[in-house]
Amino acid sequence: MMAGIPLTFLLNGAEIGVFVDPGANLLDVLRRGAGDLTPKQGCAQGGCGSCTVLIDGAPHLACLTLAQNVAGRRIDTTAALATGPDLHPLQQAFMEGFAAQCGFCTAGMLMAAKALLDRVPDPSRDEVIEAISGNLCRCTGYEPIVDAILTASARMQGRSA
Amino acid sequence: MNLTVETFPTLRDAAGAVGDKARYLGGGTLLMRAVNYGDKAVERIVISREVDRSVRSEGQGVRIGAGATMADVLAAGDLTMLHPVARMVGGPAVRNMATVGGNLFAAAPYGDMATAFLALEATVQMADGQSLPIESFLSGRARMRGLVAAVIVPRVDPATFRWKKVSQIKPKGVSMLSIAAVLRGAGRVDEARIAFGSMGPTPLRAKAAEQALRGCAPDAAGIAPALAVCCDGLHPVDDELATAWYRRAVAPVHLKRLLLGVQ
Repeated sequence: MMAGIPLTFLLNGAEIGVFVDPGANLLDVLRRGAGDLTPKQGCAQGGCGSCTVLIDGAPHLACLTLAQNVAGRRIDTTAALATGPDLHPLQQAFMEGFAAQCGFCTAGMLMAAKALLDRVPDPSRDEVIEAISGNLCRCTGYEPIVDAILTASARMQGRSA
Repeated sequence: MNLTVETFPTLRDAAGAVGDKARYLGGGTLLMRAVNYGDKAVERIVISREVDRSVRSEGQGVRIGAGATMADVLAAGDLTMLHPVARMVGGPAVRNMATVGGNLFAAAPYGDMATAFLALEATVQMADGQSLPIESFLSGRARMRGLVAAVIVPRVDPATFRWKKVSQIKPKGVSMLSIAAVLRGAGRVDEARIAFGSMGPTPLRAKAAEQALRGCAPDAAGIAPALAVCCDGLHPVDDELATAWYRRAVAPVHLKRLLLGVQ
């Protein structure tokens, strides 16, 4: 067993320290090291987007990120989207709009959508489609997901949808 | 996992450390994928603390640091011509990671940006100071030892540059093939440079078609001889996206649409 490399970073606002194997990807470290099971491993090759997390606010694929490279950086995952019992408007809209079926892609979709709304609070439908173009969903046919993101955007802007 | 990770202060130092089983980690979209799948050809991951993500004017061109991501390209006002190319690479997360330097090494069906660079006759600056025309760089890529420091893209009139990526999946998927072209001339073609992606192990120039286009009118009849020879010298393969036969069959159709500016 090779000695782990100490690594510290901010996970959902809290500093966390773990030991990682050389070459370990961020997804493994989040799931096995930090116990955050919200990012999912789908393809492990950058094709599905189910491991999407925000690194310093920008969407990244955790499975293709060398864990050592996030030292000192800020990682945000779906685990911290809700505030206590209150779902994030994106989660609420996904739930109400049946934007999740099996749910495997959902965490990645939510983070891709959050990255968009953080930057573009009132996106067009095309901008939403572009924002989730790296995230695969095999259940919903995407339309409910796009609708849910637009609904969340409208509510966050104080408009009804 | 018997991997080791070696970090170097400069790109030049890192370049000295890459070798057969020691591979450089840029954005991770190529190398981490190999690592995740237990590729035995990777034993050491080489990292440089010095990562050049800058985009700036240099001489007659624009210099793009090899560490610039596709998102950096999209944010650069000097590179608007390449924005349609960068936008077609992956989704936002991939574009925040995938680098210009890495794209030069991406095997088909990846490497769309390298295809555009080939049509633009970019220059590749290596970490050891050597400069190579992109065509020589790509043809020698398999034997390449060393790292790319930057790519210099000559300034061309944006109206002369054309780009098309053909995917089976909409709005975007991996390239079944891609075409980049620079066409100069008014009323007739004075100069044509055409590069195909995913039509061989590396992006390749369609030299026979370029020659056939010279002096021709840019209309359906004028370009017909060029279309007939556009696959000469290309080496498409069968893969899960398309067969080589299909790629050869549709390449002239897509080139025609690109040259005539129709969808």
